[in-house]
Amino acid sequence: MEHTHKVAITVNGQEREVAVPARLTLADLLRHHLHLTGTHLGCEHGVCGACTVLVDGAAVRSCLMLAVQAHGTKVETVESLSSLGALHPLQEAFMKHHALQCGFCTPGILMTLVAFLRDSRGVTAEAVRDALSGNLCRCTGYQNIVNAVLHAADHMPK
Amino acid sequence: MKPPPFEYHAPRSLPEAAKLLAELPDAKLIAGGQSLMPMLNFRFIAPSHLIDLNGIGELSYIRKSTDTVAIGAMTRQRDLELSSIVAAQLPVMREAVGYIGHVQTRNRGTIGGSLCHLDPAAELPAIAMAYDAEVDTVSIRGVRTMTMADFPAGYMTPRITADEIVKEVRLTAWHGRHSCAFEEFARRRGDFAIVSVVVLLSAGPDNRITRVALTLAGIGVAPMRISNAERLLLGKLPTTAAFEEAAAVCSTAEASEDPYASAAYRKYLIRTLTLRALNRAAQRLTAAR
Repeated sequence: MEHTHKVAITVNGQEREVAVPARLTLADLLRHHLHLTGTHLGCEHGVCGACTVLVDGAAVRSCLMLAVQAHGTKVETVESLSSLGALHPLQEAFMKHHALQCGFCTPGILMTLVAFLRDSRGVTAEAVRDALSGNLCRCTGYQNIVNAVLHAADHMPK
Repeated sequence: MKPPPFEYHAPRSLPEAAKLLAELPDAKLIAGGQSLMPMLNFRFIAPSHLIDLNGIGELSYIRKSTDTVAIGAMTRQRDLELSSIVAAQLPVMREAVGYIGHVQTRNRGTIGGSLCHLDPAAELPAIAMAYDAEVDTVSIRGVRTMTMADFPAGYMTPRITADEIVKEVRLTAWHGRHSCAFEEFARRRGDFAIVSVVVLLSAGPDNRITRVALTLAGIGVAPMRISNAERLLLGKLPTTAAFEEAAAVCSTAEASEDPYASAAYRKYLIRTLTLRALNRAAQRLTAAR
């Protein structure tokens, strides 16, 4: 039996404690142990960005971080965005602008852009494209994602 | 689980980490993990022990002194990007950091990790070389300092022994009237460069070039300064003709070949990007007058 480590983290505002092997990635902790399957795994080597979550507010690739490294941190996943059926303004904008098709990449893109919009003032299309550069989307061609973010930036409470 | 099994250690201090590294057989250090984690996920490597440096707060800082900027090995690339000290003292580092991966990887990736991974096309080793950096390593045997010029031992291999940990990088800031430029060509935004060029340029009151640092990355086993092109520019006026000559000299450097780019294509890029970087630095020099 592989040795396990105790990991205490706050996920989407809830304190969780699990015992996991050191080699478990944060992404697998979220999906397999906490059953938060909104975080998607595409490439599992840091290229596609689908697994992006916020760790202490910073957008990171959860496939490139061990669950044990997240001990003591606050993690936010795509499940944190909507509450009681009400979508986040960015999710509303994605729906309005058809910024997703198959939706596989969307959770990572949303979490990337939530951090981007939080940290940005005077959002331009170029800045949005730069922020999106670490997330692959094979359906949309990005155009509608950029439109959605620009819309959300204008309509989101700061 | 994708990574192979290993024993995990999370030291809270540098001496503790050095002791673990000296004592544990087949141990590997993990810094930001943005290169090591993919290697683990692919099972390219299977260390018996993983020593995590992320809990060592004393390794994360950016400090300015009279001539140098000292950066702790665990300082995140994103912190370099947002640092006012870096922007003011090491402007070409500020310019280049935006080309390292993406925000999500820069939030984790560290300067020490980037130097030790030593990808030939990585930005930070080239920047360290451009600023004549010194690298401090620590082990249970003590602290050792080496120049960035001596740091690469070969392809993706720093000249550090198995028990040493990179502790600090000190870059020498330029003073007086000077400017800089960074140019890079990659197939995709945030991907490793096929070729990148770092230029630092200084000129006297008569506008003649008094000092120049010209560094190429992506072309061979490690980034390199092109000293014959630097010498050629000294004392010259910053004209396109002089820059074309220097760019031609740079393109005679031996260039590597891989499935993505031939040596001839790399040489073409070296010439084009060097000329672009020199011209842009010269324009900025005029503006800095």
